[in-house]
Amino acid sequence: MAKVIGLTGDEAVAYAVKQCDVDVIAAYPITPQTVMVERLSDYVADGEIDAEFVPVESEHSALSVCVGASLTGARVFTATCSQGLALMHEILYIASALRCPIVMAIANRALSAPINIHCDHSDTLGSRDSGWIQIYTENVQEVYDSIIEAFRISEDKRVLLPTMVCLDGFILSHCMERVETLEDAEVKGFLLPKPEYPYPIDPERPMTYGPVALPDFYFEFKRQQEEAMKNARSVIREVNDAFAKLSGRKYDVIRADFIEDSDVVIMCMGSAVGTMRHAVRELRKEGLKVGLIKVRVYRPFPEEELRKALEDKKVVIAMDRACSPGAMGGPLYEDVCSLLYDAEPKPKVANVVYGLGGRDLTPSDAKGICKYALEILKTGIVKERIKFVGVRE
Amino acid sequence: MSKKPGWREIPIGTVLTEAGSSVKLKTGSWRAYRPIIDHTKCVRCLMCWLFCPDFSVKISEKEGKVERVDIDYDYCKGCGICAEVCPTKAIRMEPEVSG
Repeated sequence: MAKVIGLTGDEAVAYAVKQCDVDVIAAYPITPQTVMVERLSDYVADGEIDAEFVPVESEHSALSVCVGASLTGARVFTATCSQGLALMHEILYIASALRCPIVMAIANRALSAPINIHCDHSDTLGSRDSGWIQIYTENVQEVYDSIIEAFRISEDKRVLLPTMVCLDGFILSHCMERVETLEDAEVKGFLLPKPEYPYPIDPERPMTYGPVALPDFYFEFKRQQEEAMKNARSVIREVNDAFAKLSGRKYDVIRADFIEDSDVVIMCMGSAVGTMRHAVRELRKEGLKVGLIKVRVYRPFPEEELRKALEDKKVVIAMDRACSPGAMGGPLYEDVCSLLYDAEPKPKVANVVYGLGGRDLTPSDAKGICKYALEILKTGIVKERIKFVGVRE
Repeated sequence: MSKKPGWREIPIGTVLTEAGSSVKLKTGSWRAYRPIIDHTKCVRCLMCWLFCPDFSVKISEKEGKVERVDIDYDYCKGCGICAEVCPTKAIRMEPEVSG
């Protein structure tokens, strides 16, 4: 029987990781991820999991330890955010190219300067090209479920790529919600016996890991990573189905609400999805039809599913909780524009940048964004490509 | 040279599944200057062997004593450190000439 527990996002991560029976944890505490590390070190110290906990001196070392541990064939976990993720940056690419199925939780936090501990997605969106699978969660239940799914996805021999499970800093990391948990045995049965990494370090069979590969070989390894991401698309679908059978909770790479009868669709990621869904429901009572798409898996980008969901739509608003100064718009906006370039008929696409540094997205902001989309539908004109919602003029 | 393998044929994750394969990479072709030992001046002090960054100084021994010192031209990249450290100036660097 499923046990229902009150857990914050950070606690849900730690609880799920414990049930996933990891072998090695190497992490450096950083607000608002700290509670994950505290709980996990408690679990190890209290003998609740048989894992090696490596208290490293930096995030760069944390991920480096994880890479080494992962190459032995161990199940490995780490967590960070913001400046910590920035410090890991070079090792992110090494972890994915060495095909280490590491799972990392990120309590999304704005990047300095100015220094700020609150939520935006500039940390993980800045790492979108590092070859990691990225899952953005909406509530604490999804955080718990996604950690378990992430190990199953990453460790599949068709994938063998690391996964980031992203939860909005403070909004989810420190918010206590009702979480339906699985039994330890159920989680064990759901996961693979161990990662399907084909070349675990073995002193009896010495091999070379991460050697130099010059212009005559480097390109082939990158091509392999592309293929792994392609495979991840179908493996994620399989894992979502299997998880639904086990838990009764069905996830997909995207979630679409109210899109069938809407000409206008709002797209966003993370906890803002809940706020937007509330606004969309409220506006429906007034007879205003707006659809909502949550992008849950951002890498690999859910191209096929989104193409289908956005077919025949007239206006699409992509919401980014990150800015990319000097770019055409935020990362999600640019991906959506690329996706829709071939669409016939082509919808109007606009970008909303919101919530930087933890600025709240209020229900009235959310309704305002929906009305902005309806205005574009009416006029057929996108006056400003990037609309900043919530900033003081 | 045989055709290089495509991306499907290479082990994933940049792993070289065979140990010690760097022996196959003959770095001698990188050399622009070739060290040449004048054996009449060489006192077999092994300074060159000690300083060579590529283990490219070969020693021939006889009855526990160094009989002769040679350069392994398969791997020597021609950096010239041996010539620089040689106390008797027994090593000279000569330009490689192709063709």
